[in-house]
Amino acid sequence: MPNTVEMTIVKAINAGIRKAMADNDKVLVFGEDVAALGGVFRVTEGILAEFGPKRIFNSPIAEAGIIGTGIGLAMRGYRPVAEIQFDGFIFPAFNQITTQLAKMHNRSEGATKMPMVIRVPYGGGIGAIEHHSESPEAYFAHTPGLRVISPSNPNDAYWMIQQAIASEDPVLFFEPKRRYWQKGPVDLENPPAGMHQATVLRQGNDVTIAAYGPMVATALQAAEIGATEGRSIEVIDMRSMAPIDFATILESVKKTGRLIVTHEANTNVSVSSEVAARVAELAFYHLEAPVLRVGGFDVPYPAAKLEEKFLPDADRLLEAVDRSLGY
Amino acid sequence: MVQFLSPDGTYGVPAEYAEYGKIIADLKEEDFLKFYRHMSRMRRFDNEATALQRQGQLGLWVPAVGQEAAQIGSGHAVGKNDHIFPSYREHGVAITHDIDLMAVLKMLRGVNHGGWSPDETRFHLYAIVLGTQVIHATGYAMGVTFDGKVGTGFAERDEAVITYFGDGATAEGDISESFLFAAINKAPLVFFCQNNQWAISSSVETQTTVPLYQRGAGFGVPGIRIDGNDVLASYAVTKKHMDDARNGGGPFMIEALTYRIGAHTTSDDPTKYRSQEEVDYWTARDPIARLEKFLRRQGINDSFFEKCAEENEIMAGEIRAQTFALQAPPIENMFQHVYAESHPLIEEQAAWLKGYESSFGAEASTEGGAA
Repeated sequence: MPNTVEMTIVKAINAGIRKAMADNDKVLVFGEDVAALGGVFRVTEGILAEFGPKRIFNSPIAEAGIIGTGIGLAMRGYRPVAEIQFDGFIFPAFNQITTQLAKMHNRSEGATKMPMVIRVPYGGGIGAIEHHSESPEAYFAHTPGLRVISPSNPNDAYWMIQQAIASEDPVLFFEPKRRYWQKGPVDLENPPAGMHQATVLRQGNDVTIAAYGPMVATALQAAEIGATEGRSIEVIDMRSMAPIDFATILESVKKTGRLIVTHEANTNVSVSSEVAARVAELAFYHLEAPVLRVGGFDVPYPAAKLEEKFLPDADRLLEAVDRSLGY
Repeated sequence: MVQFLSPDGTYGVPAEYAEYGKIIADLKEEDFLKFYRHMSRMRRFDNEATALQRQGQLGLWVPAVGQEAAQIGSGHAVGKNDHIFPSYREHGVAITHDIDLMAVLKMLRGVNHGGWSPDETRFHLYAIVLGTQVIHATGYAMGVTFDGKVGTGFAERDEAVITYFGDGATAEGDISESFLFAAINKAPLVFFCQNNQWAISSSVETQTTVPLYQRGAGFGVPGIRIDGNDVLASYAVTKKHMDDARNGGGPFMIEALTYRIGAHTTSDDPTKYRSQEEVDYWTARDPIARLEKFLRRQGINDSFFEKCAEENEIMAGEIRAQTFALQAPPIENMFQHVYAESHPLIEEQAAWLKGYESSFGAEASTEGGAA
């Protein structure tokens, strides 16, 4: 790979945003504390110095207003990249996202496009207080008109943020906050895949694990351990929760006959529920076992001292692998 | 409260409002006649739409009877580069900007959810969720500032934005956030609140304990109350503050005190929550009758009013015929424009429904349900 550099997910998103801003002067970045501070996770660090206060600015602490003014700016021809500081703070903006942003293109019969990106650091594992560790992606994946994606590694982070900004539709861009400092190679010249394409990260023959965002690293870890125990586990990075790339998942299931879907979000009525239902509909005779879901429990995200038991880990994935193989 | 036409049609400019009075002094006779023509057209259209709803031709109608002065006056004060963000009752403002009224009726008949081009008309789509359009207008106005289209000194270049909402919507958080975003960004935006005193069955006292025109002050958005049944006050005050906004004066709020003579919608029964005396009081302050008295004193005679009535009857007949002629949209419209770019799930479902429908053979129609 020519022109490949090693960087963290934080730096990769930062580099992707800068590239998009340099390419298109209609790209605006705003949200709480994104300017001088560079955001609480420093994802937008240095952008103010490079692009100035007309391109990146702090918003009042008013999430509905952040998204609502973003919609108005998109109507005006801008391409807003709004940050919601933490997953659990997106709900004041829920109305603007679901009743307005998602529906404006449909309502106007195509006259008004909404090329807006909402960046959301999400998920747990950082020992945070309440509302700082949630995974609200299913609410948005359920809403027609929105696109919902999540990168799991620096290369995807660099490219998917640019693809999201280039999209003519609104995109919820969920950033796996406990993996922010994970390092990896970024190919600055060749995009890996479209933002809604799932990728097979590890080949295997016995069981498929489909994961996205922060759980991809966990799935790869489980596959590594599984291999030492004679389990050949295929790992798919779904990358997109809306729409879901079923073709890639089905192809894998037809090979392995067994599927486990994992995420941090509460399992009930979740992205994994949808994958399980659709795979049962579309690949019933290829399945050797029911599709199993390994997600967060259906409780409010627990206090930090308990999150280790809430979040699915490699052992819980391997337990599911054993259950699947037991059928 | 700014008022230039009293309920009996007497014209006068109080000294404290001389600045607004100058704007009226610039108006020509044809402007006054245009105000009347559009106000009477708005009422005739409204009554026709109510009749169409009663006859089952519209699913719902949202009457604005009584609010003609607030809407026609302010609508005509909007400049030719300016943008308008309405709620769902601004049929009169639509008239001032040559919006095809059938586009409004299409929505209420259930043919689509809007569908006119906001970019071409500068009249944005109706917003059903209260207050949502106000924050969009704020963002749009911020964009006008970012584009450098404010206070350049070139009237041809500068732009302002006006957004309409009611007394009920002021309770929504989106509107408070809008005041804040508009103020800190010095956005060229006029907040035009039609206080028609009733939000379905809730009186304005349910929404506020201080006069609504004062609502923005704490956020940095000054305001003024006008007699919303006086078309001249509505025009002059809106014109002044749209001009100010265009020139870089920042956001401003206008509370037009008016009255919803009709129901909230055709699904409502206002006799359950308000007295006939109250309705009679406001009917005596009718904005159209008031302007007519004024015009007659200016020497405008029967022939003008009769001609308006004739034109309105022709318009009503056309509206009626066009409403009856509206067809249900093709089924595939449901799947169109959900996304701007291709989406596998939508395409799959559209194809499935097409196949399912065609499985019924010749009887199947792609022309949708009952018209």
